[in-house]
Amino acid sequence: MATALENPHPVVDLERVTKSFGARLVVDALSLQVPRGACFGLLGPNGAGKTTALRMVYGVTRPDSGSIRVFGIDVGSDPRQVRSRLGVTLQENALIEPLTPVENLAVFGRFHLLTEREIRSRTEELLDFLELRSHADVPVRALSGGFQRRLSIAQSLMNRPELLILDEPTTGLDPAVRISLWSRVDQLRALGTTVLLTTHYMEEAERLCDQLVILDGGKAVAQGSPEELIDRVLAAEALELDVRPEEDAAIVAAFGAKRSLRAGSRLILYADDAGELALRLREQRPEHRARAVRRTNLEDVFLALTGAQLEFGA
Amino acid sequence: MRVSLPHVLSVWQRNFAMYRRTWKLNLLPNFFEPVLYLLAIGIGVGSYISEMGGTSYVAFLAPGLVTVAAMNGASFEVTYNTFVRLNFEKTYESMLTTPVQAEDLLFGEVLWAVTRSSIYGGAFFIVLIAMGLAPFPYALLAIPVIPLTGLLFASIGIAFSLRIQTIDLFSFYFTMFLTPLFLFSDIFFPLEERLSGAWLWVAELLPLLHPVRLSRAAFHGEFSAALWWDFAYIALLSLVLLYVAAGTVRRRLTT
Repeated sequence: MATALENPHPVVDLERVTKSFGARLVVDALSLQVPRGACFGLLGPNGAGKTTALRMVYGVTRPDSGSIRVFGIDVGSDPRQVRSRLGVTLQENALIEPLTPVENLAVFGRFHLLTEREIRSRTEELLDFLELRSHADVPVRALSGGFQRRLSIAQSLMNRPELLILDEPTTGLDPAVRISLWSRVDQLRALGTTVLLTTHYMEEAERLCDQLVILDGGKAVAQGSPEELIDRVLAAEALELDVRPEEDAAIVAAFGAKRSLRAGSRLILYADDAGELALRLREQRPEHRARAVRRTNLEDVFLALTGAQLEFGA
Repeated sequence: MRVSLPHVLSVWQRNFAMYRRTWKLNLLPNFFEPVLYLLAIGIGVGSYISEMGGTSYVAFLAPGLVTVAAMNGASFEVTYNTFVRLNFEKTYESMLTTPVQAEDLLFGEVLWAVTRSSIYGGAFFIVLIAMGLAPFPYALLAIPVIPLTGLLFASIGIAFSLRIQTIDLFSFYFTMFLTPLFLFSDIFFPLEERLSGAWLWVAELLPLLHPVRLSRAAFHGEFSAALWWDFAYIALLSLVLLYVAAGTVRRRLTT
């Protein structure tokens, strides 16, 4: 890993990448750089272009224009070389159901042209690392969803990748499995692995990613660390109110919040000090109860940026 | 084309690993089918037929049924199995996250289908030897016809499977394509004695006819220059279809 640190290239470097399928523009002039060792998140609503962006990184989808370099290599010119150094966990598990985890891992090792000896030693490591040993010789079709997901991740680690790509790694898993997968990602990063992931869970993005980009309609609508995005797009704290939508405009004007959002039955006001806002509200408009004073999270940022809810700007 | 033989073999190994686990379920029905035809038609019906093509009826039938065993072995692999791996199990998609490329995957699948056709054709050939129906030594020359038949039907089948959008079309493939080939490719009766004029030329288009001719020539030890045409047909049609399939697999899997 010492040589890796001296490498000046970002692990993934997209420059103004555009891709259309027929008349549909899926990725629109997207630029992003994933520094070595980072955990980088791609967020966005369904159809925002996240999976297409990932597919372009490992060279299965070719961009219409723009450049994609991974490990400093142009993906289009040498996809084999690029893919030998990265691992991908797809949204859907692609396991061989009649075979055991050990046999499934061997199959993947052979795609990477590992020797049988390497396959055995890495299988041993991964059985421990992803806690698969208890069912190492049970056919995959008899394993639980969480177990199959861990096996899928183990598969993508068989070649000891420098870059691990995770497409919605924890969708559909129970909270205990999710938390245990998050700590595996932390461990991999401690060993120097760069991680690029997509997720629908803002909590997951906040927990794992030190940098992220929010995509909407194939465009990057915001990019930065979770804290930067919260500061830049909204404000550090949030005050949630139960008010009817007709009153939104008047309340926002009276209290001068930095930004506000309507989320279902609630109005959310954002300010650097939401407690102070709550006090003024109690004095001036006692009829409105503050439902919550809390820290702003990525979910708020996501809703504000992707316009998933009706918004009243202040 | 950018084919890498080690990656092709890694795809072959994937299928082999799976087959080792499931062969008992797969091998037996496929294996018994031509054996049943040999018994029922060859020996059963054949006992009412004094001779055909200069031999007993069961000896007439045997070389053709070897190619049928090979055809079936290859066809099952590249039809339902290929379709499911492409469309449902996302097997190919996951292979393409590794250094395996679309062309490697295609040739790995075809090589595996040829292997499977050789297992079925070979098993049936052993039955023929045991029954004294494979005259030594010329019948041994029919052995290379088995993988050749496998290659031809793997190429036809995979070119079809990669193109279709719904799995239901395989019932047409089997009933409207493979079954007529089975019945009208010189296996049960000599085609040239039942057809005349232009129909003889039309019959030359039938893919199974050519492996059957090669196999029968080997069993009977009767060789002629006309067999080069049968060999050329198999080689050329396989090459053309594999070339077409390579384009399709790239288009389906990479965008």
